[in-house]
Amino acid sequence: MGTFIPNTKEEQLKMLNEIGYADFDDLFKDIPAEARVQGELNLPKGKSEIEVSQIMEELASDNVVFDSIFRGAGAYNHYVPAAVDAIANKEEFLTAYTPYQAEISQGILQSIFEYQTMMCQLTDMDIANASMYDGASAAAEACAMTQDRKHSTIYVSDTVDKRILSVIKTYAFGKDSVVKTIPAAAGATDLAALKETLEADDKAACFLMQYPNFNGIIEDGDAIAEIVHGAGAQLIMSVNPIALGVLKTPGEIGADIVVAEGQPLGLGLAYGGPYLGILATTEKNMRKIVGRLVGETKDSQGERGFVLTLQAREQHIRREKAASNICSNEALCALKASIYLATIGPKGLKQVATLCTSKAHYLAEKFEEIGMKRAYEGEFFHEFVTTCPNADQLLDALEDNGILGGLKLSDTEILWCCTELNSKEDMDDVVEIAKEVFSA
Amino acid sequence: MKLIFERSMPGRGQDIFPECDVEIKLPQAALREKEAALPEISENEMGRHYTELAKASRGVNDGFYPLGSCTMKHNPRINEKMAALPGFTNIHPLQPEWSVYGACKAMEMLEHDLGEITGMDRITLQPAAGAQGEFTGLLLIKSYHESRGENQRKEIIIPDSAHGTNPASAAMAGFKVVVIKSNEKGMIDLDDLKAHLSEKTAGLMLTNPNTVGIFDDNIMEITRMVHEAGGLCYYDGANLNAVIGLVRPGDIGFDCIHLNLHKTFSTPHGGGGPGAGPVGCKDFLAEFMPGTYSKDDGFVRAEKSLGDMTGFHGNFLVCMKALTYLLTIGAEGVPELAKNAVLNANYMMEKLKDYYPMAYDHTCMHEFVMSLEKFHKESHVSALDVAKALLDYGIHPPTMYFPLIVDEALMVEPTETEAKEVLDEAIEAFIAIHKQMMESPESVMACPVTTPVRRLDEVSAARHPILKYTAE
Repeated sequence: MGTFIPNTKEEQLKMLNEIGYADFDDLFKDIPAEARVQGELNLPKGKSEIEVSQIMEELASDNVVFDSIFRGAGAYNHYVPAAVDAIANKEEFLTAYTPYQAEISQGILQSIFEYQTMMCQLTDMDIANASMYDGASAAAEACAMTQDRKHSTIYVSDTVDKRILSVIKTYAFGKDSVVKTIPAAAGATDLAALKETLEADDKAACFLMQYPNFNGIIEDGDAIAEIVHGAGAQLIMSVNPIALGVLKTPGEIGADIVVAEGQPLGLGLAYGGPYLGILATTEKNMRKIVGRLVGETKDSQGERGFVLTLQAREQHIRREKAASNICSNEALCALKASIYLATIGPKGLKQVATLCTSKAHYLAEKFEEIGMKRAYEGEFFHEFVTTCPNADQLLDALEDNGILGGLKLSDTEILWCCTELNSKEDMDDVVEIAKEVFSA
Repeated sequence: MKLIFERSMPGRGQDIFPECDVEIKLPQAALREKEAALPEISENEMGRHYTELAKASRGVNDGFYPLGSCTMKHNPRINEKMAALPGFTNIHPLQPEWSVYGACKAMEMLEHDLGEITGMDRITLQPAAGAQGEFTGLLLIKSYHESRGENQRKEIIIPDSAHGTNPASAAMAGFKVVVIKSNEKGMIDLDDLKAHLSEKTAGLMLTNPNTVGIFDDNIMEITRMVHEAGGLCYYDGANLNAVIGLVRPGDIGFDCIHLNLHKTFSTPHGGGGPGAGPVGCKDFLAEFMPGTYSKDDGFVRAEKSLGDMTGFHGNFLVCMKALTYLLTIGAEGVPELAKNAVLNANYMMEKLKDYYPMAYDHTCMHEFVMSLEKFHKESHVSALDVAKALLDYGIHPPTMYFPLIVDEALMVEPTETEAKEVLDEAIEAFIAIHKQMMESPESVMACPVTTPVRRLDEVSAARHPILKYTAE
């Protein structure tokens, strides 16, 4: 078996004796016998590093890594620059605890401060927290931030990813909050229905929209903001961070809270996690924001330094009155997102967004040429829905060719996604295969 | 240290992306007016920047890290290597099941092992951290009572020694928090428990060993009393390292639990995450479990699933690290964790108790709590001061001012991965600080003096919050 315990059996016994215990049984004598495990647990025997590697490598090789991926729907296949993992895997970042001891944690604290700044730049908002678990749980906590005694109903657009909606509903179940959906029209939020519903509910706390939405459509943020604010509710935008490289920002639109799945910012697909929940808001919401915050201050010698701040909102101080129970978050993922954004810079962010959307438009046009029409007419970023005679047939054919096609939404609808990693050749191949499948 | 924005120079940058091989086409929608003011920096300058930040941070390999309740054990390198295999990192969470057989199998293996270790029948890997695991467990309890029409069960009993996340999670799950007292031994006061049990009791949240490092030897009686009142028992796995392999929560009356893979199962803390907070439950709660679980090479959802905690399968790569760890240490290695964690803690406590008053005169489990109340009264030296003095000895301070029931508390958790000589050096440091405290208390209060910055002004940070960099 492998062990990471340095002290030998002899040393252990010596230590036991030195502090007055005969053996381990003596040390654990306070634990009642009826509470003790009898015999050995039914677990595999321990193994050497080489044997463990073989088992894990075999498991990994039982997964298919597709050569080309056209599936998004909440997890996006972007390039991860070499610097991201090289830097984030430095032991000091990887293994440190939450930076409660500021004097020896300035590096981590500063990296979070820089991350908060970058998230504010990206979203055009006033404040961003140190991170949440993922985009979906960030959305759920954002909804709770908008609730008070007078405002309790949570509204979510039907064009929001169902996975995000499910987490929102789960969190809402805790507080017995009401979550209602606003229907879609032509693949986007039905603005008339939104206006009518919110105006009829004086308890509306918030409306959560996705930008671009689950169908890939760029919702009319300005119009939605006007309706939501007109009804006295707060606007929560769940955004794709890469799309903000070109799209009008939530700050410009007037969002009250922005949440995002930060996965596209250098985290890789990772079978769904760990990802990164981004949460940013306005100055007005500063005392209500959930999660950790790092602030700038000075040390006793007048030098600039950073500390965890506004902790009176948090669970370790406020206990049951805390804004959230969140403790560990996704600091290392936030660091990766910062390194990613520092690597690509402002030009690179615009470039990657442009690449994604240009390629998606190319693929959509090519599909159109072979009769796979877009299901909705609205403007889109890097995802779009097409109709086709048989979604399974096409996706199977693509998989046979090492291509992970779009996500099947129904028997005749597929949600496609393009990123900078999809070359023109790859896209032409997909179209060619589709042509063959449906002409046969 | 300069901020990365202060290292930025207009026009600099790195070439990552290729030319576009199709016609450039932006959506006909409202576009961003001004570029995001991100850093413009060369790879070399960026590398230097982060190396500087890394040097001003503290990892577990920088030295002893006896942070109570956090289990800062060694993070094996093999875990990292295995979790970085492309077969794990490059798979999409919405890939068809036939193409993720390995991931599914790996999750099933981990679910089995965690179930066996905790004595639980079903495990979900979906919660992303311990606090989210607590929230999940409480929602299970809520679902259970509601399914039986017992909606009046709105109270969760929590000892006064509990972690702050416990009451915060209970509030998020819609429960009223009922705090019960600890007795003079740091254990649950059975009379107080009894007095608070009623038809309103939804359940009890308990950490055992508790946050003062004591195994509550009335545990069988406690869980029996709660069950008798119609409540359920929730086990907070934060301190599982003390009893892993020796005691299973499922055998001592607990109905659901959460684990912290980043504590007990050796995955790194990442400067505050990502962790993972798998939740386990007994069969009768399994129908409410969130997310999906692995079964017959695929994933299924529980019949009355309460929903989802995160978007996909939870922190999958963290789970792969924990699986690697369990494969390595195996059945015979698991109880060794607890035995050595407890030995190391008692070894330190025993050698320090003549210098520092211990909050409880009792064999401790994996951690112990000292109270500096006496010193604070006599010479104004506080727990904070001693913590900061330890920094000058290259030791990460213990957890301070927790649990709340001990005044001027310092909570020390050495973990099983520390060698005897490391403990001996730390003991010497503590003793030296004690001596300094006796001779020159004001010099202790001036610590640390060797760190990159000195004590920071937290009050003005909170009073005038500066939460981002603004270019001058």
